[in-house]
Amino acid sequence: MTGQGPVRGVLTGVGVSPGVGLGPVHLLAHEIPEPPAGSRHGGDAAAERARALEALEHVAIDLEARGAKAGGEAQDVLEAQAMMARDPGLADGIGELVADGVAAERAVYESFGRFRELLAGAGGYLAARVADLDDIRDRTIALLSGLPMPGVPTDAAEPFVLIARDLAPADTAVLSRDVVAAFVTEEGGPTSHTAILARALGVPAVVACSGVTAVAAGTRVLVDGASGSVRLSPSEEEVAVARNAAAARAALLSAATGPGMTADGHLVPLLANIGGPGDLAAAVANGAEGVGLYRTEFLFLDRATPPSAQEQEDAYRTVLDAFPGGRVVVRTLDAGADKPLAFLPPPGEEPNAALGERGLRLFRVHPEVMDAQLGALARAAAGSRAKLQVMAPMVATRAEAEWFAEACRTAGLPEAGIMIEIPAAALRAADLAQVVDFFSIGTNDLAQYAFAADRQLGALAGLQDPWQPALLDLVHAAASAARAGGKTCGVCGEAAADPVLACVLVGLGVSSLSMGAPALPAVRATLARHSQEQCHLAAQAARGAATAEEARAAARAHLPGLADLSL
Amino acid sequence: MAERRVTVQAEVGLHARPAATFVQTAAKAGIDVTLAKVGGQPVNAKSILSVLALDVRQGENVVISAEGDGAEELVETLAAIASAP
Repeated sequence: MTGQGPVRGVLTGVGVSPGVGLGPVHLLAHEIPEPPAGSRHGGDAAAERARALEALEHVAIDLEARGAKAGGEAQDVLEAQAMMARDPGLADGIGELVADGVAAERAVYESFGRFRELLAGAGGYLAARVADLDDIRDRTIALLSGLPMPGVPTDAAEPFVLIARDLAPADTAVLSRDVVAAFVTEEGGPTSHTAILARALGVPAVVACSGVTAVAAGTRVLVDGASGSVRLSPSEEEVAVARNAAAARAALLSAATGPGMTADGHLVPLLANIGGPGDLAAAVANGAEGVGLYRTEFLFLDRATPPSAQEQEDAYRTVLDAFPGGRVVVRTLDAGADKPLAFLPPPGEEPNAALGERGLRLFRVHPEVMDAQLGALARAAAGSRAKLQVMAPMVATRAEAEWFAEACRTAGLPEAGIMIEIPAAALRAADLAQVVDFFSIGTNDLAQYAFAADRQLGALAGLQDPWQPALLDLVHAAASAARAGGKTCGVCGEAAADPVLACVLVGLGVSSLSMGAPALPAVRATLARHSQEQCHLAAQAARGAATAEEARAAARAHLPGLADLSL
Repeated sequence: MAERRVTVQAEVGLHARPAATFVQTAAKAGIDVTLAKVGGQPVNAKSILSVLALDVRQGENVVISAEGDGAEELVETLAAIASAP
């Protein structure tokens, strides 16, 4: 692929994870073209068949090696894929096609196609295996036709800048800061999987960067995850300037410590979003005062049966024990939509899963799963020194909130809250505040539902912009209703990770902020440089603006401390 | 010809880990062995894709058949895997 595309100039996207990354471009190839129908081999069927089977075996060995490296659940998944690559039924099909003169690439494609149809037709768990099968097929065809291997290299000589149209969770299972210098995607918004993952890893990232997938593989690029610039073949001086600015900023950030508060001492607890006990070390290292969003679905994903009561209790206790005296906000299982579970399929066909039976709605269909989770949480909380708060996702009405709060009380849990992520809940927050103990605003889904703009679509990133004044209005409505009812209202969406927006959220009346751990120092330092009054003024100015861009600019004008931090 | 008819007990059916264990065990045998739903077409029990595509759910009955040296022992072992809870 080298030698194609631009090698000089600057591309600009949206910076979603700050920091500076430098390295050679690795293009993540996703689409392996279909080998043309009717392509024939030279005549030696035995050799052609051997070529196909060798490629499959090579893919199987590679999958096993990646599994051994990843360990845990990922290893099970990758080893199951290796078994598929060695499937005798597949080999028989290829053998028959090659005997008829079909070229190896096409024979592989067609033979996989037969099983693909069988699995896709079965639906549910089996339909989800189609992606695994396609991955093996594409790897095999890439090997046979000398195309770059799909997926992320794990043996690069130096950290690379990973460029893709968008990233899927499967692409990133084995990534770490040691191998990836930065992420840049052509699509995706501030709440895309790429952005969330990059912040969790502390890797600089730029999304919605038009034209970046045309950059030639191997070109050195300098990525600034704060400004969103991607400089091709930078000079040494340009690299030095970018690195110095990043280092100066890092020094200021590390100087800010202690509990989150404004310059005039108004306390705003700064909490971490986590997916499991594995994220605790980063949370503690970045000074989190507790957990503001524990996404428990990661305990349930990629497995055929629900985790046992004991396994759940152990995971919850580990998290609670990390913050003695602090708070831990646990979100109950948020399955459905982009996070389907094999053992909790939606009751029917869902043409629009984001608007389907997900979150708390799935609990109404499977109350036994909710009761098991709430029970495990109550047992983990007993004897813990952390303050446990449990909340439900996807609550639209007061009746749903009441039902969940009642279930929490029955389980013996002290505090029950809800996520505010459906506009109906924000608009009627005063009703909801009467039946629950706290709110936590999920700005990503709230924006998706308020603007009817799919989170996964880069083309709609503008509507996903958390600076949209309509979104700020909804946050204000929820926070005001909570305050009037004597309840608290936090934000646990990605909006809280933007230091400038964090000040605005505080000005809107939000009482705590929760974010990916690496974002905590910048938010802490920014809050510490501004008074509560300045935050109020910034929030008022932002809500008075007509567009997201104007809201951002209007708020910044009231926050003079941003310059110190080069924000 | 050795044959066993068993009811699949695992909650996930003959998918995921139970299917993997079943196929790995079948693949080690030197003789042909098949799996079928009762009254259905038998498939190669050494093929994970064929076994998955049968889509055997919890509570369904399957027939395991093999012929040749050690066939009795093999279908016995596979029946135990298929009927394990």
